[in-house]
Amino acid sequence: MAQTAQTAPAVQKKGMSKGLRESLVAYSFIAPNFIGFCIFTLIPMVFAIALAFCDWDGVHAVEFIGLQNFIDLLDDDTFKASFVNTIVYTVGTVPLTLVCSLGLAVLLNQKVKFRNFFRTVSFFPYVASLVAVAAVWNMIFSPSMGPVNQVLASLGVENLPRWAAGKETAMITVILFSVWKNMGYYMVIYLAGLQGTNLELNEAAELDGANKWQIFWHVVLPQLRPTTFFVIIMLTISSFKVYDQMYMITQGGPGNATMTLVYDIYNVAFVNTPRYGYASAISMVLFVLVLIVTIVQFRGSAAND
Amino acid sequence: MAQTMAVKSHSAKAQHRVMRVIIYVLLVVVAALMLVPFLWMLSASFKMNKDVFSFPIEWIPSNPRPRNYVDIWTKIPLLTFILNTAKLTIIVTLLQLFTSSFAAYAFAKLNFRGKKALFLGYIATIAVPWQAYMVPQFMMMRSWGLNNTHLAIICLQAFSAFGVFLMKQFYEGVPTELCEAARIDGLSEYGIWWRIMLPLSKPALSTLTIFTFVSTWNDFLGPLIYLTKTELKTIQIGLRMFISQYSAEYGLIMAASVIALIPVLIVFLALQKYFVQGVASAGLKG
Repeated sequence: MAQTAQTAPAVQKKGMSKGLRESLVAYSFIAPNFIGFCIFTLIPMVFAIALAFCDWDGVHAVEFIGLQNFIDLLDDDTFKASFVNTIVYTVGTVPLTLVCSLGLAVLLNQKVKFRNFFRTVSFFPYVASLVAVAAVWNMIFSPSMGPVNQVLASLGVENLPRWAAGKETAMITVILFSVWKNMGYYMVIYLAGLQGTNLELNEAAELDGANKWQIFWHVVLPQLRPTTFFVIIMLTISSFKVYDQMYMITQGGPGNATMTLVYDIYNVAFVNTPRYGYASAISMVLFVLVLIVTIVQFRGSAAND
Repeated sequence: MAQTMAVKSHSAKAQHRVMRVIIYVLLVVVAALMLVPFLWMLSASFKMNKDVFSFPIEWIPSNPRPRNYVDIWTKIPLLTFILNTAKLTIIVTLLQLFTSSFAAYAFAKLNFRGKKALFLGYIATIAVPWQAYMVPQFMMMRSWGLNNTHLAIICLQAFSAFGVFLMKQFYEGVPTELCEAARIDGLSEYGIWWRIMLPLSKPALSTLTIFTFVSTWNDFLGPLIYLTKTELKTIQIGLRMFISQYSAEYGLIMAASVIALIPVLIVFLALQKYFVQGVASAGLKG
């Protein structure tokens, strides 16, 4: 007993020093990224939470005001509009992008010629500069001169849509733009998912007399469930964070018709008289929205495993 | 019996042929929808402002006007914008590759205290949208005098948790025996990272390169908040500034847009394979 007590610390000490050295080496690997990450990401995150309960214009002293910012949000029409618009945008964008990207992936998963060409072409809008493609989109969909409305007019359509300039059509215009720009990205994810499906099941179903549509609906689609789940999560999160599209196509208007949460944060903090605490309170709303989706994702992927 | 079989297979063949035609028609329509805005942009960039919206669309201008591509450089400091963006993109990408692969090696192949907790911390922050803490981040940077500096944009972009995660995934696929053997041969951990892991991880490094390149080159909100001096602006906010100042200079706007697209187009076409792999593996992981 005494003997073991004597040797045990010796072994432990030796192990510890080796472990310690290993740990130090490991920390030195992590340090460059971790230090930068702490300073520029972690600290601002903590700061953001604290700031949401304060009033600060950047000049005067920071003042703790408890829940006042959140109470003010309830009476803020711009905030309410931006919250509703963010949800509307998400509800519009997610299913549309999902269906388009899945359809395209199914097409490209066939043995077709120029497959790589088609894949590259549908992926290109995703990597292209948003400013540039938004500029061309604005011209093409210009209500008075744009080719889209000119084509519609030559087809005899009366009451031409006013696209980004119309209160009812502005959001649809931005949604169409987003679907066009991003569907290639999700198409690639779906293509990878399709390549992971079991072809023997398709053949078995075919022998049983199922047609292509039945095979797709009852055999392929169920196998794609994890991919679909992932795509929905990613699309929802990125839709909650939407801002640039609105800034470039509609400037949040007409009125507040396409104002979103991030657009509102930007305006409150950087455009109008700065109210940093208030902007952080809106940020918390955004954060909670994303957090809810992330929790769903966590639950869902646990269930998938 | 044999006849019915033959008829059946014949009709199946015809049906198959119809399917093929439908598939190709759909593909061509989609490809056209994807490409037409870019073609229209290219076409308009060679036109006078008054001809840009002429209808029916003249896809190949009868008297092309390459002057737009000359004038744009003097109308705005486009070269400065491009150099600024190139500088930021290259520095951020290199830093990102270095810090991410360095940290990922420790997470994938070394044992140390607090590994799980640290990694969990990284993962948790991937879920927090940058837009939710950009305001305090800006306050902090400004108090350090970093607003209106390129350093701010570099600090913002160079230390991503995403990069660490991506590289770690890849390193975990590298057999640990390779590292063990190298250790026995007397290589230090830094040597193993440099001589074994880095050369092996070219696909993952390429994926991270193109992701970082594209997102830094196209970044909008970060530079918009931090860089208000014209001489510091990146191509995206420079282009945006031009568009809001000269909204009726259609030909010039389109020419500048084409120029802004070219670098990304080149990098994308060159590294496309890795981009597709990266996106696909992100999907499979989920």
